[in-house]
Amino acid sequence: MAGAGERHLTGWALTNTVVIAYALFPVWWIAALSFKDPSTLTDGNFVPEKWTLENYRGIFETSEFTRALINSIGIALIATVIAVVLGTMAAYAVARLRFPGKKVLIGMSLLIAMFPPISLVSPLFNIERILGIFDTWPGLIIPYMTFSLPLAIYTLSAFFREIPWDLEKAAKVDGATPAQAFRLVIAPLAAPGVFTTAILVFIFCWNDFLFAISLTSTTRARTVPAAIAFFTGSSQFQQPTGSIAAAAVVITIPIIVFVLLFQRRIVAGLTSGAVKG
Amino acid sequence: MNTPTPATSTAPGVAPGRTAALSEGARQERRLGLLLCAPAVVVMLAVTAYPIGYAIYLSLQRYDLRFPNQASFVGLSNYAAVLSSEFWWEAFWVTLLITVVSVAVELVLGFALALVMHRAIFGRGSVRTAILVPYGIVTVVAAYSWQYAWTPDTGYLAALLPSGEAPLTEQWPAIGLIILAEVWKTTPFMALLLLAGLALVPEETLRAAMVDGASAWQRFRLVTVPLMKPAILVALLFRTLDAFRVFDNIYVLTSGAHGTGSVSILGYDNLFTALNLGIGSAISVLIFLCVGLIAFAFIKLFGAAAPGSQEAGR
Repeated sequence: MAGAGERHLTGWALTNTVVIAYALFPVWWIAALSFKDPSTLTDGNFVPEKWTLENYRGIFETSEFTRALINSIGIALIATVIAVVLGTMAAYAVARLRFPGKKVLIGMSLLIAMFPPISLVSPLFNIERILGIFDTWPGLIIPYMTFSLPLAIYTLSAFFREIPWDLEKAAKVDGATPAQAFRLVIAPLAAPGVFTTAILVFIFCWNDFLFAISLTSTTRARTVPAAIAFFTGSSQFQQPTGSIAAAAVVITIPIIVFVLLFQRRIVAGLTSGAVKG
Repeated sequence: MNTPTPATSTAPGVAPGRTAALSEGARQERRLGLLLCAPAVVVMLAVTAYPIGYAIYLSLQRYDLRFPNQASFVGLSNYAAVLSSEFWWEAFWVTLLITVVSVAVELVLGFALALVMHRAIFGRGSVRTAILVPYGIVTVVAAYSWQYAWTPDTGYLAALLPSGEAPLTEQWPAIGLIILAEVWKTTPFMALLLLAGLALVPEETLRAAMVDGASAWQRFRLVTVPLMKPAILVALLFRTLDAFRVFDNIYVLTSGAHGTGSVSILGYDNLFTALNLGIGSAISVLIFLCVGLIAFAFIKLFGAAAPGSQEAGR
């Protein structure tokens, strides 16, 4: 009996290890590349022989990467704030108020979330050049609304449906003013959902590549994923492998931090909308 | 600032006629509801409906960005040019192949992963944390990792192949590697959706089936899967539409060379390499129609299970 139990445990340990290795090895590989000394970049080793921070020093020396990093952070943050604010208003109405067209709104945001971005690239390219916002922050923030706003509405409506709104009435019966009821009862209940949605939306904006390469042309608004694709080696005979790997690791760090700190919430946010409809 | 204090639950004051007061309250609630949704709706329409309308207009023009002054209305000839071009059909079949194969593999792998997370007696947390990494990581970063892994000399995976092999420069191996990169990145999403569906399968039902002598496979096939149907369909719909838009992985891995380009890559190249806004827009509209058709087929076939349609009861 004990032997069978032990074998069972070993089996699970093995399965878990396989899954974790599957999930992490491409991440380890790009990190390993980023720490390789330029002379050993093409040795094909899974573990660097000579560790160095040279590649990181390289990318932070030029403004090409630092500027892209600022663009990435700024654009993703602004797009997230706008999407979450507008999404919270709409989701609150969907969860709380009776009015016609609720289902249409949810259905519409789902449809728009599935919109192929390439279909928007050609018209936006022309519109933005005419409006003079091509290659600017607003020029990326606006198209990011196509996926961030539906995602925010969808996720937030799912979260808000779970909030026991009657507590607010109870607080008022107990003598709280509407402002107190909101601040002390509703806001703390709604905050985790809003926060989780913000993380998900941020990750999506942080991830975008197609809009970023199509609607920018200089370092003015180019985000990191797009900038990486334009990296060149320090001389024309050199591949930019090390720089790309280092830049890739830098933009992966926030994702890893989010995942480590908020994994439960991210999972809840990802699945609540989809499964509970 | 963003969340208005709810005003609706407060009963209207002394009203002359009861029904009139109620309908007044209901009307106010309705007005507030629409008012709160209006900004989101306006923004969503402005960023999607307007550009796609403009794309349809552009697709009916001969519009070469090098000669913007010679733009002229040409009717459907851009569509005719695209649909009679072998590039479009090659890209279309490649996209379809990538979509079907990657979604099918993801469904199987995702189910396995979901079952591991559902049944594991320990280490559930760390497995879940680990698989969120592929989901969250920037697609371009993952794509570079794969690209370097398969590049001869640089990569550890290329080192496992016979020397002289450069899989990313041959059509079929390259498509296989694109599918691999897609599967790696998006299986976790599938797994998490399926895991949430698994949690809805009552343990008692499974135990009852076990008592009745059903084998593990029978329990899975006859109890778990039917009960999870809505979750499976939602996951399939999401992933199919998402896979059809594949761009990032192909752009980094092969740039669409050697017959590996998807329709999104084709649209991008027509716009930025060929600088043909008319043709590029026609491709944009065609891709939009394809995605619409896929979504329509899913909803038509599995109507009741489509996301959004179940929320009526809540």
